[in-house]
This record gives sequence, C-alpha cells and structure tokens, in this order.
Amino acid sequence: MITRTANLDISFSDEQAMILDSAKVFCRDKSDITTVRSLLKSETGYQNDVWAEMIALGWTGLALPEQYGGSGMGLGATIPLVESMGRYLLCTPFITSTIAAQAILRGGTNQQKSRWLPSMVEGAVATMALLDNEDWGATQIRCTLTPKDGGFVLEGKKLQVNDAAVADIFLVLASSNGVPTLVVVEAKALPEGAISNNTLVDETKRAGNVNFSGVTIKADAILANAAEALQDVRLIGALLTASEATGTSAAALDTLVDYLTTRKQFGRLIGSYQALKHPTVDILLQMDSARTFIYHAATLISDAHLNKDTEIACRMAKAQATDALLFAGDRAVQFHGGMGFTYDCNAMLYIRRAQWAQHQYGDAQHHRKLLAPLLLD
Amino acid sequence: MTENSQLAGQQSMESTELSDFRKGIIDWIKHNTPADPGFLLPQTFMEVGSEQVLDFLREWQYKVWSAGYLGMAWPKQYGGGGMPRLFQQIADEEMRRARVPICFNVIGLGWAGPLIIDTGTDVEKETYIKGILNAEDIWCQGFSEPNHGSDLGSIQTRAERDGDEYVINGSKIWTTLGNYAKYMILLARTDAQAERRYNGLSFFLAPMGANGISTSPIQKLTGEYGFTETFFTDARIPASCIMGEEGHGWRIAMHTLQYERGAEAGAAGGVSILSIVMDDLLKMAQDVERDGQPLLQDPITRDNLVKFLIEEQALYLGERRVGIPALCRDYPNSLALSGKLRGTEFFRRMRQYALTLQGAPGALYVGDDQAVDGGFWQRAYLNNFSTTIGGGTSQVQANIIGEHVLGLPKD
Repeated sequence: MITRTANLDISFSDEQAMILDSAKVFCRDKSDITTVRSLLKSETGYQNDVWAEMIALGWTGLALPEQYGGSGMGLGATIPLVESMGRYLLCTPFITSTIAAQAILRGGTNQQKSRWLPSMVEGAVATMALLDNEDWGATQIRCTLTPKDGGFVLEGKKLQVNDAAVADIFLVLASSNGVPTLVVVEAKALPEGAISNNTLVDETKRAGNVNFSGVTIKADAILANAAEALQDVRLIGALLTASEATGTSAAALDTLVDYLTTRKQFGRLIGSYQALKHPTVDILLQMDSARTFIYHAATLISDAHLNKDTEIACRMAKAQATDALLFAGDRAVQFHGGMGFTYDCNAMLYIRRAQWAQHQYGDAQHHRKLLAPLLLD
Repeated sequence: MTENSQLAGQQSMESTELSDFRKGIIDWIKHNTPADPGFLLPQTFMEVGSEQVLDFLREWQYKVWSAGYLGMAWPKQYGGGGMPRLFQQIADEEMRRARVPICFNVIGLGWAGPLIIDTGTDVEKETYIKGILNAEDIWCQGFSEPNHGSDLGSIQTRAERDGDEYVINGSKIWTTLGNYAKYMILLARTDAQAERRYNGLSFFLAPMGANGISTSPIQKLTGEYGFTETFFTDARIPASCIMGEEGHGWRIAMHTLQYERGAEAGAAGGVSILSIVMDDLLKMAQDVERDGQPLLQDPITRDNLVKFLIEEQALYLGERRVGIPALCRDYPNSLALSGKLRGTEFFRRMRQYALTLQGAPGALYVGDDQAVDGGFWQRAYLNNFSTTIGGGTSQVQANIIGEHVLGLPKD
C-alpha cells in the first residue's frame, strides 16, 4: 500500500516581500522592452552598470553566509529576485553565478569557500560547466580528470556553459576514474580560443562551448564533497530556472492581454472571443501553479543538503514552470495573428526563452521521470 | 493525505482536552461505522437515488447526532452541542479520514440551519433545527430554474402576497433530494417591477407538503436518481415562511454560500463529500495488472500519474498560497476565483483516467460483478460533471476569471 505524506509548507517572510517589491521596480526600470531588444545582438547580453548596481545592492551575497561576506538570507531570498528578472527579461550573470556559488558552498572545504565565495559576493562571475552530452538528463560524463605531474589534467569539452565569455571561474564536472568530480578552473588558466560562443534560440541569453583539454589544476581546486553538491546544484539550477521562467510566463501573459484588449477584429475586441479568452485564462492558471511551486520550494530550501521533500518541490517547480512557459510563449505568438509571425512582436522573445529554459537543468519529462520513484514507490 | 499532514501539525499543539476528545471519536468511529451494506454508498448528497440508500443514510446521520458528533457548535436548547467549533472540526477530520458515510442532509446542515441560527427567530429555531440534525426533516434548495442555469438574476418563479399567504407559481430544477424533502429554501420573485433584477427576489423556508407543489424525478447520466424538477402551481405557503424582508432574497442567498466552508464557518459539520484523491488512484494502479505486472510499474502510466500528482499538489498548495497576501498581489483574486475550475476539472480528468487504467473491465458498470470496485470509478467520473456544470460551468468560470482577473472584454 502506498502511503505518501505530501509536504504543503508555503510561507513568505516580510523580507522576501520587500525583496519582491523592490526587485520588481528595479527590473522594470532597468529592463524595459526597448532595452531588452537593444541587448539582443550585444556581446555579453547585459548592461555592465546594471550588473554593478545589483552587486552594490548586495544581491550577489544574499544567499551566502555572513562569514563569506554575504547576508545569510539563504536561497529562498533570491527567488523573488529571479522571478522578477524573468518578468522583465533582465539578464545579467546573476542566476548563473548564484547557482555556481552554491556548488562551492555545498561542496567546498572551509578553505575553498573562503578562497572563492567572498570574490563572488563582490561580483566575480562563476558558472557551472556541466553539460558534455546530448542532454541535461544524460548520466554519462565525457570530460575526464587524471593525475599528472603531482597535479591533475582535464580532458574534454563542455557545452552550453552559461555566460562562459564573462566567467571568472568555471566549476567543471569531470569523471575521475569513473567518480563524478567538481573542479574549479579559473578563466585565466584557459588557453586562447578555448571558448566558442553558442548561437542560442533565446537571444537574451549567452553561453559557449568551453574546451578544457590540457588545463592543469592542483588538488586544492577539487571540491571536497562533489557528490552531494552536484545533486543539490542540479536541483537549485532547476529551481532558479523555474523561477525565472515563471516570471517570463507572466510577462508573456501581460503582453498577450495587452493585445487582446486593444486589437479589434470583425468589429470586436478579440479578447471577447472565448476561443482566445479561455486559453489565456489557462496560461494564468498554469503560471499560478508554477508560482505556487517556486515559493513552496523556496520555503523548504536551506543551506543543508536538500532532503526528499525539497527535491520533490524543485522538480515539480521545474516541470510545471517549463510547461507553463512553453504554453504561454506558443499561444502568445499564435494569438497575435500575423503580427505574431514577425520579429517585431515581443511574443518572439517569450517563445524563444521557453525553448531555451525548458532544457536548462532538465526538461519537464526528465523531472517527472525522477519524481516517479519519489512519489510512486 | 493533505488532511493527514495538516493533522500531524495540529496534533502536536493540541491540548489534553482536545486530544482526549480526538481519541474518543476515533474510538467511536471504530465501533460504530456501519458494515458494508452491499450497495454502493453515495459520495455526495446528490446521489441519493433510492429509499434503501435514504434509510441507510438517515439512520447513520441520526447515529452521529445522537453520539454528539454533529451540530456540536450549535445551541444546546435546539438540539446542538453548545461546544466550541474546534471540536466539530476535529470530529469532521476524523470522520473524513476514516471515510465514514456522509451526513446527507446537506442543505439543512450547511445552508438553512446556520442561516436560521444566525438570523432566524426563536420560533424558527425551535421549529427547524432539531429536525435538520437528526435527519427527520430533509431539506432541499430551490434556486436554479430550467433554462437559466446558475444565473439567479433571471429567476422567474413568482411569489405573490395574498393576505397571510404567498402564492407561488413557477418551477425549479436540480432540486437535490426534492422528492424526500420536507422543506425547501426557496428563492422567488416578489417584485417583478424591481429596477435591478436581484432586488425583486425574496427568500423562503417553504414546506414541500403544501398543496400545489409537486416533484418529478430527473434521471442522471449515471442512470440513477437524486434530483427532481419541482413545480409550483398556485401553491400557498404561510407568509411567515419568508426569511428577512421582501426583496432581500438575493443577499440572503449569497450569505448562505459562506457556510459552505464547513463547521468553521457555522455549518453543523459531518462529512458531506467522500473525496477521492490521488492515493486512491495510485492504489488502483497498483492493484490492476497487465501481463502479471502492476500497472504502477508501466513507464507511461507512471508519467501520467506523476502529472496528476503535480496538479493535485499545486491545487493543495494553491489553497495555502491564497492566505499569503504578498504572493497574491499580482493578479488579484486569481487563485481564489480559479479554485472551483481547477479542482473540479482536475477531478474530472483524474477519474476518467481511472477508467482508462482499468483496461477491459473499465467498460463495465455498476451492477456487473466483474466491475473494478463495484463500478465506483465509473459512477464517480460521471457524477463529477455535477461539479464542472453546477454552480456555474467551467466555461462560465473561465469567463469570470478572464474578465475579472485579466480584464478581458465581455462577449
């Protein structure tokens, strides 16, 4: 007989509420749609001064303990930030770096944490170099780490490393004699031409393939507890992507509602047609469910190794948020009619973000597959 | 499962008095829950289709009331228990958890009763309350009319004052328990000239035995009975049957809806619905086999079940998020207004999927001894349409959300 006890904790502190309010205003002011579009063809995809302001506001230290220069509020405090960034398509290395910092926090020795985390609070960009395979769900690791001359050498190429071109630190997943290992590689250790930028379907995002072959590292650059850190960071990556995607679903919804309430066809505002109205309500419901999950996960998450309930929450959040955004982006294009088929229509931004976001840290089917044993067995 | 986790939290904070009370009712349930009667019991009060079922439920409700577990917070002098509402909530939790039969006199226990206690005269309380609790007097509700669905503003049934009486003409539809009821809460038009449609309505506690009132049973898509159409032909009821003032009917009707939230809102308590949750579906998926393997091991089935579980979890968590104002500012009322649509549509699809999972026996129905669980899921799926249609169809709900939350234009 199956006995499940679902965790139904959801709470939202006054601090989180304040962060949500100020983050929304910040992101709206810094990232209007003209600015977003002006950055599409830019090299880094973000405004340096906005990123600098975020660092000055202390956002990069929000989730990190005070002893490393952070404010010790935990990851839950970053969820309203990330959601707001998604809402206004505000891109900086914030999400990339927040995820990577967690790998060091969870997998590093005290010495390793002291070495890298304070610089990240001050704005050094760290990024996860995880993918070297056909999918985020693939378990095989192609990149290898082998001993050489009293140190170690990496062999292999990592794919779609987020914000690779601006990263100061790479956290590289490599197989050491078959054991998954996380190693820290500083950007200056990379040979010329190691990074080749990807052309992403989502033009607001930046990523690149990074060839780590021949890069040598010392033993103290290998994270002490890679196994748990890796499990956690994959879930945290899924949760932060879900949070951003939830904001973007709301943005797609707002754009669509604007059009439905202004565009007339056959003498009527098109939003009065139930064939358009009802699926638009469905976008709202799907987005709302995703929002419920990200704040449920934000309630459960802590600096400790993530437990089963938190894992369920993160996976449900990612599965729900990606599916919601795929639906929202798709319908936003369709319901704009002829306009929707043009590059000028902003629905383009959302449908493209949806295709990118679904794969980050695993698509919906991947997470459902991993939820099955947690919920059914 | 949600109840269990809620319960666990509450139990840790419970005083000795409350936990003793809880132990008491758990013990009572253990010794008093009736044995399987050999016929399918209703999941809701809308499914009482035979005298046999009626007698069974009447006896059960009487038993619950006699034991002091129904109307616990209602005034003692009228048949209630005169205790704090928390006791009834605990009793309800335990009865729901043990899946005891429903207390079927729902319109009395959850609508008319609390209304009379809140706003009725002493005479009305004396006349009606005890009969509601002990199931002697069955109540029904007369709001909806043929061709008007849930649009109460369009009510056509007339009530004209004639001396000490009102003369009623018209008809009502979807009268649950209409053929067994002694009283009806009736919404009728007393002023056809009222400027606003809602202002001309009045609210009555009408005796179903009055001359000129007749009922005609409606056969549901399940093949069973449970509803009637109710006809009024120059039916005369005493003028004292009116609740409140003439023209206040719509306001009073809206007021009664708040009691639906259960004992904490003033209803008498008792289990009014046997809910079917994902755990029930999972159990079935474990029992049903394909080629000697439980269906629960089939990858496609597992993916579908996980999708349902995600949806169910979103539903329960959403109910909690409603209580966090800072997380509801963006699309005000979005969660509150979508609860019915989400819940009823989820259960509709989930119950249908149960029939799909059953394989060939999924084609069997109540009455076939090969039917899975006696045809429980078949009947549950078909009956679920009462929730996606009644109280405003899902399509009307979507219009309401689109127009009120998103600001989309009306048709």
